[in-house]
Amino acid sequence: MQRRDFLQLLLGAAAATLLLPINVLAAIWNKAAFEATTVDAAAKDMGIASESVSPDIQIKAPDYAENGAVVQVEVRSNIPNTEAIAILVDKNPTSLIANFMFSNGAEPFVVTRIKMAETSNVVAIAKVGGQYFKARKNIEVSENGCG
Amino acid sequence: MAADNAIKMRAQLKGEITEIKILMSHPMETGRRKNDLDEAIPAHFIQLVTVKLNDKPVLEAQWGTGISKNPYLTFHVRGAKVGDKVVVTWHDNKGDSNSGEIAVA
Repeated sequence: MQRRDFLQLLLGAAAATLLLPINVLAAIWNKAAFEATTVDAAAKDMGIASESVSPDIQIKAPDYAENGAVVQVEVRSNIPNTEAIAILVDKNPTSLIANFMFSNGAEPFVVTRIKMAETSNVVAIAKVGGQYFKARKNIEVSENGCG
Repeated sequence: MAADNAIKMRAQLKGEITEIKILMSHPMETGRRKNDLDEAIPAHFIQLVTVKLNDKPVLEAQWGTGISKNPYLTFHVRGAKVGDKVVVTWHDNKGDSNSGEIAVA
């Protein structure tokens, strides 16, 4: 190997290592879905063609939230082999809040705290194989938590 | 790791299920807020969270700006034992990252 080639290889490897976290992140993070302004548009950008309402998806959240900046939401799927749960809010500036993917023994269950701009439905969509199941719950919000 | 951005974690075996609770320190700025001088505060939020149990991924999450400031997370894993290692790592939109580790108790 020529010295110059070796140096170029070394530089390339160093650059690749430095850039890795951001490149990987950019490749994984679903920019289009997170910038979508409606639940339907976000779902479409996540590759969801259609989803059916299911009583096996449960959302536990308050009926009324004084402060939209912190609304605790618990979502559980009772459907076997649920792989992922996405949480969306109808009337937020951008609808998709989060997508959680479970593996290696993790239960399809998550508790987290979200921001809500106004009174709206919270929508949870579970991925089971190639099928999608959803539930929604209305939460009344008195103070905008989206800034 | 600076103390002010430390990740607080708990992993507790309860019967067959291990409950993992995580509290992260992060501003989770949406990019839509303004400061006192009416200047936009740039978006600054966690985009990716990974939790591994003994080096195997159990939870991978993508987040937008709608997760509350200082994000909180609880989830459950089957099949873990006391002493198993739980590692959480986050990456944000500015290229920052942080991770924390705890043993199942």
